[in-house]
Amino acid sequence: MRKLKLVMVGNGMAGVRTLEELRKISPDMYDITVFGAEPHPNYNRILLSPVLAGEMTIQDIILNDLQWYADNEISLHLGKKITHINRTQRKVVAEDGTEAEYDRLLLATGSNPFMPPIPGKDLPGVISYRDIKDTDDMIDAAARYKHAVVIGAGLLGLEAANGLALRGMDVTVVHIADWIMERQLDRTAGKMLESALAKKGMKFALNKQTAELVAGESGRVCAVRFKDGETIPADLVCIAAGIRPNVELAEKAGIHCDRGIVVNDTMQTYDPRVYAVGECANHRGIAYGLVAPLFEQAKVCANHLAMFGIGRYQGSVTSTKLKVTGIDVFSCGNFSGGEGTEDIVLHDPGAGVYKRVVLKGDKIEGAVLYGDTKDGSWYFQMLKDGQDVREIRDHLLFGNSHLGDAGHKGANSAATMPDEAEVCGCNGVCKGTIVKAIKEHGLFSLEDVRKHTKASSSCGSCTGLVEQILASTVGGAYTPADSSSKAICGCTDLSHGDVRKAIREQKILSAQEAIATLGWKTPNGCATCRPGLNYYCLSTWPHEAHDDPQSRFINERAHANIQKDGTYSVVPRMWGGLTTPDELRAIADAAEKYKVPTVKVTGGQRIDLLGVKKEDLPNMWSDFAQAGMVSGHAYGKSLRTVKTCVGAEHCRFGTQRSMDMGVKLEKMLFGMWSPHKVKLAVSGCPRNCAEAGIKDVGVIGVDSGYEIYVAGNGGIKTEVAEFLCKVKSDEEVMEYSGAFIQLYREEAYYLDRTCHYVQRVGLDYIKEKVVNDEANRKALYERLLFALQDYKDPWIEHAETPELRRQFENISV
Amino acid sequence: MTTTLEADVDWKRVCAVDEIPVLGSRVVNSQAHGSIAIFRNGDGEVFALRDRCPHKAGPLSQGIVHGKTVTCPLHSWKIQLEDGQAIAPDVGCTKHFPCKVEDGAVFLQL
Repeated sequence: MRKLKLVMVGNGMAGVRTLEELRKISPDMYDITVFGAEPHPNYNRILLSPVLAGEMTIQDIILNDLQWYADNEISLHLGKKITHINRTQRKVVAEDGTEAEYDRLLLATGSNPFMPPIPGKDLPGVISYRDIKDTDDMIDAAARYKHAVVIGAGLLGLEAANGLALRGMDVTVVHIADWIMERQLDRTAGKMLESALAKKGMKFALNKQTAELVAGESGRVCAVRFKDGETIPADLVCIAAGIRPNVELAEKAGIHCDRGIVVNDTMQTYDPRVYAVGECANHRGIAYGLVAPLFEQAKVCANHLAMFGIGRYQGSVTSTKLKVTGIDVFSCGNFSGGEGTEDIVLHDPGAGVYKRVVLKGDKIEGAVLYGDTKDGSWYFQMLKDGQDVREIRDHLLFGNSHLGDAGHKGANSAATMPDEAEVCGCNGVCKGTIVKAIKEHGLFSLEDVRKHTKASSSCGSCTGLVEQILASTVGGAYTPADSSSKAICGCTDLSHGDVRKAIREQKILSAQEAIATLGWKTPNGCATCRPGLNYYCLSTWPHEAHDDPQSRFINERAHANIQKDGTYSVVPRMWGGLTTPDELRAIADAAEKYKVPTVKVTGGQRIDLLGVKKEDLPNMWSDFAQAGMVSGHAYGKSLRTVKTCVGAEHCRFGTQRSMDMGVKLEKMLFGMWSPHKVKLAVSGCPRNCAEAGIKDVGVIGVDSGYEIYVAGNGGIKTEVAEFLCKVKSDEEVMEYSGAFIQLYREEAYYLDRTCHYVQRVGLDYIKEKVVNDEANRKALYERLLFALQDYKDPWIEHAETPELRRQFENISV
Repeated sequence: MTTTLEADVDWKRVCAVDEIPVLGSRVVNSQAHGSIAIFRNGDGEVFALRDRCPHKAGPLSQGIVHGKTVTCPLHSWKIQLEDGQAIAPDVGCTKHFPCKVEDGAVFLQL
């Protein structure tokens, strides 16, 4: 079959990313031809400032070298500007007459600098700041002239001014507004930035309108005259007054444009054969200039070019996280406030820190940060998720403790960390390794960094720090993903929420069925999505769904915990942490009989036998079954333990019978699968010896009954459980905690602990569903009991059923 | 074709294909090669790899099988079933063995 012809006009970041995505999913569909007006292969435009400042070379910022185009069989025409599109004959024509026919045309023409109509704007010595040529011109001028004027104090203007100042020029920044970067910063932050830059030697002429650029004797620009009559010397004028989508070519070809080439959610223009991505495209009225949205567009566009027909670009909420000449600034949303909003402000001029979070009701409406921006992505995440922040309001400005857990307390900001500092404690990844990978492989997302370096791919507690390093390395290119709409994995574009909904509405009963009906891109999913799908089916359709052992992680498939050497650990259940001489004897016998090298008491008040060979598991389980012991599910996303203190049974302070209560809860929840592990504790008095404050459900006995706490966590990120309600009887404890756990089982995303789930939906929501709404509570509790009824101990089942035993038996040849 | 099988001494019968779960595996103990993992994928194809991840020697037989790939249970490296190569950006390789299904039985060439 003849290959289709794809022509791309423009050779910048968004366009080339589209080709990369396209080659990845459909490598052989197209013969690809690329026209670039610049004589360079695709480079990282964001990093032009460090080049101007002399910190990087052009070679450092190349993203795809010529070899890449050759390897991907892309015909590349550099330095050839396309001047004409002939849509009837489906070909494009370049300035020099080169023609190329297309079946699909991709316009990625980017944007042009906006040149205000000032007299003298065409004089020699007046330039814009957009590409490598402009950068070279500025470097050249800096070597020969003294006075530079930059018109426009947006990011680009300030970066240009900084670069020119570093190259020894006397720089004045002219701006029409009262403060600099008024689109990204409020007045206070803008003024702080201004005084910091003034200290570096930059001059500012604010509230000034340029009347004319004056020519000198040589014909080159020599001065700038303002409307108020003042004149300042200028041998170089850099105009950085914003950018405009480059639509000239498309407009001439009669493709509908309106402040950008108008595209639909598949990035298709009004001509169905023509697509557009990047800064030239207008999607739902917005032409984006940040990299993250453009890469999202690239992904969607590639998918439709490959004729997969999946995925829509639905627009992006953007934030600005920038490093302006070495100073961190961040803003997102509506940071200027207005009617009905409130500001929470922290301003420490001495330390150079300013934080302002704008709230509307109980939700974040916007934020602006200066100096200390490490919590920017956290605020932005909460803004996008529409999270209720009422309860954390009093410490909102102090940031989340995200960064503190792995040993690097917030004080370390990513930029000042030495290269050899360890970022990811799980995988031993240093900052230098991450920075190197980001630069060498052109990484832009957290996911990419995880894949290439393993940093933040295990426990995830260093995620915030990795995001910061990413942001400081790629500049404004990084935008954190939106957790509520993030795809589960690369196999699908659907989010966890989408999938849960579909499984419920379409009554999907197995992981494989979900993969088939929900349009997965892979035949069997992957190790990330399949366990999630399996859980969602099981929890939504108990007793009806098909539990697929092959869609479970090995621990749940083998009902034991895999260890680093491939052996397993076995933990029999000890209800409420109670045991008997007979049980202990059975454990001791098994440890000897199967030559168990390590016997350990766990944190969950039971005994762990470590180093058991897989072949021995069924026999060991049979022995335990004889002694009346069952699986402890120490290996599963399931009920783990109910930790108890001695309580009123023996303790002189005890107010409630905590051991009894614990055993009842553990028996009720036996065999429960959940989005992640679930741990409970019951203490007999407020001294709380069972540590109920850091459990998914913690019950504390008081003289008049029990207090129930939920969503605590003692692991990766210590979270203190929150008070849910107080109840009087044992039965109520079972009903309320059961209802809470069932709500979590039905609504949380796979691998979210209760603390993550409650953070997402808010404690008020939980109280509404579990405490206030009695009918709903009883219904939840009923559904939990229904799901758990008739559960058979998996150990006995596997030991007694030959087909199930087979996985433990090896074949000899 | 069964006659050629008998003539070819290198091919060893391992088990009936139905004794390996779809998207699952079994372990074969071989005197000469140690543990070998036999995988069966969603299309009914079988593959054999040395049961040792090139990363930290995890037992690949215990991983999750998807497409023509297995994800190691220890640190989630993805290994290609056809040639034992790790999927980029990870780098490494584990030995693979010729393996086929004939008349409902799995044969392995050692």
